[in-house]
Amino acid sequence: MAAQNLQSVPVELTAGTSETAEADGQANFDRVIAEDSRIEPKDWMPPAYRKTLLRQISQHAHSEIIGMQPEANWISRAPSLKRKAILMAKVQDEAGHGLYLYSAAETLGQNRDEMTDALIAGKARYSSIFNYPALTWADMGAIGWLVDGAAICNQVPLCRASYGPYGRAMVRICKEESFHQRQGFEILLELSNGTPAQKQMAQDAVNRWYAPALMMFGPPDDDSPNSKQSMAWNIKRFSNDELRSRFVGMMVEQVRVLGLTLPDDQIRFNEDTKKWEHGPLDWDEFHEVLAGRGPCNSQRLERRREAHDDGAWVREAAAAYAAKQLNKQKEYAA
Amino acid sequence: MSEANASATRITPGNALRPEDIALEVRTGLAKPSEDTAEYALRLGDDALILAQRLGHWISRAPELEEDIALGNIALDQLGHARSLLSYAGGAMVNDDGSAKSEDDLAYFRREHEFRSVQLFEQPNGDFAATIARQFVVSYYQFLLYSRLTESKDATLAAIAAKAVKEVDYHRDHAAQWVLRLAGGTEESRKRMIHGFRIMWPYVEELFRDDDLTGRLAEAGIAVAPSSLKEDFDRLTGEVLTEAGLEVPDVPAAPGGGRQGRHSEHLGYILAEMQVLAREHPGASW
Repeated sequence: MAAQNLQSVPVELTAGTSETAEADGQANFDRVIAEDSRIEPKDWMPPAYRKTLLRQISQHAHSEIIGMQPEANWISRAPSLKRKAILMAKVQDEAGHGLYLYSAAETLGQNRDEMTDALIAGKARYSSIFNYPALTWADMGAIGWLVDGAAICNQVPLCRASYGPYGRAMVRICKEESFHQRQGFEILLELSNGTPAQKQMAQDAVNRWYAPALMMFGPPDDDSPNSKQSMAWNIKRFSNDELRSRFVGMMVEQVRVLGLTLPDDQIRFNEDTKKWEHGPLDWDEFHEVLAGRGPCNSQRLERRREAHDDGAWVREAAAAYAAKQLNKQKEYAA
Repeated sequence: MSEANASATRITPGNALRPEDIALEVRTGLAKPSEDTAEYALRLGDDALILAQRLGHWISRAPELEEDIALGNIALDQLGHARSLLSYAGGAMVNDDGSAKSEDDLAYFRREHEFRSVQLFEQPNGDFAATIARQFVVSYYQFLLYSRLTESKDATLAAIAAKAVKEVDYHRDHAAQWVLRLAGGTEESRKRMIHGFRIMWPYVEELFRDDDLTGRLAEAGIAVAPSSLKEDFDRLTGEVLTEAGLEVPDVPAAPGGGRQGRHSEHLGYILAEMQVLAREHPGASW
């Protein structure tokens, strides 16, 4: 509820008060980026840098929050108490990641309530992957292994992002994500070594989540207009295709240990480029889901909206109580 | 280190006891509850399990992210207590193949009438105020119960209680803070808080009911007689209710009967959802 006390700072007002200050600020910013050092919240930064980061960090936060839903869907039905406990802890971690990231985004001048409003109004984006349904228990394994695995590939380089609060938040998030990936792998391994029905369940989940996970790295490099500027600002360190290729290489190794297969017969290691290559991805589907026409877009947003609306009276009560307590303290002091 | 040696040092009050440690003790024969003690552990374990199942539903639906985390944490604590207590209870119960029943055998393969939880724990979440009302009652009850149970002559129960009481103390604080906030917040929240207590309070009396089992075990210094917690419960919850300007609801007590396997209509749905996957694949490991 701390977010309610923050005032939203218009981007224009923070961008410098005079031309000299702006020139000094820009010089300092350029030096920090050139030295591969860090920009902190009170430093001057170009408005476009602030805007890019705010968009990226808030989208990342929204992804954590919406991403709780497909897994929360299985908490009540987890097939053993140990798995139930692990899954609860994992979904709880995701709420925690959302909180760190909203806090990091708030340092750029937008408060959590505004970001939440943008999300439930359908104006803000979150990772498309969470618009796919979690249909079986094996999806808990595939989400952990493939989705969190792809997220780690994306996020480890972000620990070195030029914006301090984002980079620091990512350090902790990555540590927890690596546990999440391992638990996903372990779920699949157990299923793969289980009954034929369990093994089939695992293979089916991997088949469904493989392509969407690969598309988490974003469009191919020649169709990713923002990447170049983000890399120049030391926010992004590797291109979408570079990260995707690394991820495929890791999965090829791990799927063998699982005793399962990836639904892609065109995976190969290119000796010339020294990179892993994969079969074609359906980018039309990617853009459809991004445009709101995925299997669960409407359901995910509605669930978030419902929780937000149902909780409005609780947040109002907490704010009213806090205000009354403050008044009491003031009266006591007077 | 052998399995037995590894666990011999684990079960001491105050140790960071894990359900796996209890299960190991049961498997290696180091911990062997009597039938009475097992039934008692089953009661407390079922209470915690059903509550964890209820609270888990809030994760991703809470009024604020901080509450997704807080309610999730309380659910996790309760689930941890349930796992330890059920693992221990299983030490005196055998499967058809002669093996001791595991936490999962007990959680997933019993039917409604075999559950021993009291009816308060299975009451629907309702709105946030109803959940807080249930949690407020439960947390004070469990805090007093586990505080006393740390002195049990049964070392395993004492060790489980020693870990649980520290966690439940936080649950108590969380619930009490929300009772004050909701009762003292807006007109709407106060109305809902009062309603929450009214619908939960009929199930309070059952928590403090003695029977032959608790009589025998309390006499032996193993269990806590439920009725002996009532005075402290009334006093401590009364302090918070007074501060919140609320009164104990004037509602008749429900007949209850959960300790004998008589449940409300709600438990069947809870179990149907909780057990469905495990029952689709009997004998599978996960």
